[in-house]
Amino acid sequence: MLDWWLPENVSTYGADIDSLFHLIYWITMITWVGVQVVMIAFLVMYRHRDGRRATYTHGNTTLEIVWTIIPTLIVVWLGIQSVETWNKIKIDLPESDYHIQVTAKQFNWEMLYPGPDGEFETDDDKMIENDLRVPVDTPIRLRLTSRDVIHSFFVPQLRLKQDMLPGRTIEAWFQATKPGRYEIPCAELCGFGHSGMLGHLTVYTPEEYDAWRQEQWAGAVWPANDATRKARREEGPHDGARTNG
Amino acid sequence: MTAHAPTADAAHGHAEHHELGFLRTYVFSTDHKMIGKQFLFLSLFMMIIGGGLALMMRWQLAWPETQIPGTRWIPEPLMYDGFMPPEFYNAAVTMHATIMVFFVVMPLLVGCFGNFLIPLMIGAGDMAFPLLNMLSFWVSVPAGIMMLSSFMVEGGAAAAGWTSYAPLSTVPNYSGVYMGQNFWAMSLIVLGVSSLMGSINYITTVINMRAPGLTWFRLPLVIWALFITAILLLLALPVLTAGLAMMLFDRMAGTAFFLPEGGGEPLLWQHVFWFFGHPEVYIMILPAMGIASEIMPVFARKPIFGYHAMAFSIMAIAFLGWIVWGHHMFQSGMNFTLGTSFMITTMVIAVPSAIKTFNWLGTIWGGNIRFTVPMLFSLGFVALFVIGGLSGIYMANTPIDIFIHDTYFIVAHIHYVLFGGSIMAMFGAVTYWFPKMFGRMMNPVLGQIHFWGTFIFYNLGFFPMHILGIGGHMRRIYNPTQYEFLEPMQWWNVFITQSILIMAAFQLVFVVNFFWSLFAGTKAERNPWKANTLEWDAPTPPPHGNFLTPPVVYRGPYEYSSPEVPEDYLPQSRKLAGATGGAH
Repeated sequence: MLDWWLPENVSTYGADIDSLFHLIYWITMITWVGVQVVMIAFLVMYRHRDGRRATYTHGNTTLEIVWTIIPTLIVVWLGIQSVETWNKIKIDLPESDYHIQVTAKQFNWEMLYPGPDGEFETDDDKMIENDLRVPVDTPIRLRLTSRDVIHSFFVPQLRLKQDMLPGRTIEAWFQATKPGRYEIPCAELCGFGHSGMLGHLTVYTPEEYDAWRQEQWAGAVWPANDATRKARREEGPHDGARTNG
Repeated sequence: MTAHAPTADAAHGHAEHHELGFLRTYVFSTDHKMIGKQFLFLSLFMMIIGGGLALMMRWQLAWPETQIPGTRWIPEPLMYDGFMPPEFYNAAVTMHATIMVFFVVMPLLVGCFGNFLIPLMIGAGDMAFPLLNMLSFWVSVPAGIMMLSSFMVEGGAAAAGWTSYAPLSTVPNYSGVYMGQNFWAMSLIVLGVSSLMGSINYITTVINMRAPGLTWFRLPLVIWALFITAILLLLALPVLTAGLAMMLFDRMAGTAFFLPEGGGEPLLWQHVFWFFGHPEVYIMILPAMGIASEIMPVFARKPIFGYHAMAFSIMAIAFLGWIVWGHHMFQSGMNFTLGTSFMITTMVIAVPSAIKTFNWLGTIWGGNIRFTVPMLFSLGFVALFVIGGLSGIYMANTPIDIFIHDTYFIVAHIHYVLFGGSIMAMFGAVTYWFPKMFGRMMNPVLGQIHFWGTFIFYNLGFFPMHILGIGGHMRRIYNPTQYEFLEPMQWWNVFITQSILIMAAFQLVFVVNFFWSLFAGTKAERNPWKANTLEWDAPTPPPHGNFLTPPVVYRGPYEYSSPEVPEDYLPQSRKLAGATGGAH
């Protein structure tokens, strides 16, 4: 039933989130139905009847121990199950050749592309408002920050959400698995224009992406492959390679 | 305490001793029962305003930017001839939650029932500090006036959410709200003083004024819950006050506690707010759990199942409640490894709640259950609290929270805990203790209608919010039709609003029942429910000083269907021939 309502998943790690979602869905559903069925059964079985007397008991220590230990084991096990996915999404960010800086402001997203040289704060940077374009099947790294209040970058189909704070940059990543156009709503109340603060993510096939890139940076020479940037990265850490760890 | 009588009494001070004047009896009363009733009326009044704001928001979400019926009287620039602008929507979001949390649920469960029940159920004549008790109510009144009047100042009321995240809340130009946010912060600081006075009083009273023989583990569970709640209040509210003071300094004195430009840190507000805010959640649910634990044994005619487990799980929740606040901040940019620690502690806090649920089921097992109105509301509380507890596990799970954080899933969760939980228990408590409070019974037929109408349409209204959340519907958005991906779900918004409007109509049944019973209900006998706890020993309604003879306690509070007596109840204060126990 969960799948009726979840938006389509188009990111690599989205499947991990969805499978945890399903796992907890089944555990909580079984618990919920169990508790309600037992409750209704007891209410029917032990409804008031004249001449009956309630069972005089103050409890049962064995039962208390059982229903303390079993839930504890389940929730701790669930917690441990989730650590890997969380780390994968938020802490161990993969290397990427595509870095984009997203700066939120009331009530727009500024998408800053570093251009052919792959470095921010150079002449070939390009800023496009509310328009994020990326190639499919490639890890994309985002540098999230805000100019004014707290905003939250949310793409439901990517299963990605991250608050954006003024005064600090937070790294996020995703890898889209399906070309298409998706909405980027703001998920944190950010003022009177919060509702409707909306950007779009366009996921391109590699060919489409190259065509768009050529159109935006007319005449620019892009590294034929990623070797140049990898070499540069090995020279030492630079801004784009920081992680959240 | 007459030596410290308020000045209002000076005018007719000679008329005291037996006959207290009108002012001393009904207005500036130091009698815990009257103060409890004052909190009851204050919070029921505030509930109408908080509920009205909610209905306006629901209308806007179902039928965006259409004229809302019955609101044309609200002047510009708040509303425009019944049309709601986004500025007012944000103010409504903020004020609905603020009013419901601070001026309805807290004064009802803690102010009203804490005051009314603690002295009566521990066999005391009044609170330890009656004058402080009176002040605690009268300080909350200006706080409420300040909060409501903020709608009328330039820029309108606070509109940064009840969580008031900085810097939206601390830089006036970001929100367009000027004095309104200051009023909000000052009102809550003043209300914090009121709560502190109450909590000191409750703690002192429970520790020092229990009747002879009333040992700690003979205390009714609702007293345990209120006692632990008072400790939480005492420790949590100063943290909020500190945060609010920093907010006011940032807004009015040019400091930059939360502003990165000035070397401050926006996340500091969130840490401070949630360090208060999570214990606050338990402040609002523990008394409700206590109420359910009190009512269920009476109408199951059976001892509470696992008394000690119930008492210790209240303490466990209160303790763990201090180390889970970070689960509100998984997506905030807080250190991501810390998220994992908070996930584990949050998962563990589900356990004491589970223990309580199983023990409530154990209590009705083998009972002889009477489906009175208080019992229905208590059973409704258990059924709905289970949903609120289980939905919490989704958000405690860090990866799932990435997706459902700040969506309608959390809105569903909080309303299952606070409405399905606290408010349901509150309705049960009002019906159950109404005879002791006002000397008359509430009408059971109207009560049944109110229960079923509320229970059914509550679920039709709030359960689908889980579905909206799973669909990614953000909370606090003014107009869902601005988003393509929400298009297929808009009919749920309509359905939810219709259900909640019907549920709201059923609340009129409660209002009618309440006031009709107040003046014309059946006269109540001393112990109409045949219950065991000490408040039913006092005359109905109890006089000043409560008990005609100071009660002595011989046993625990839940001796129902005991083999020692032919009746199916055995009051705590009844001495049996050859009984052991008694005063220690």
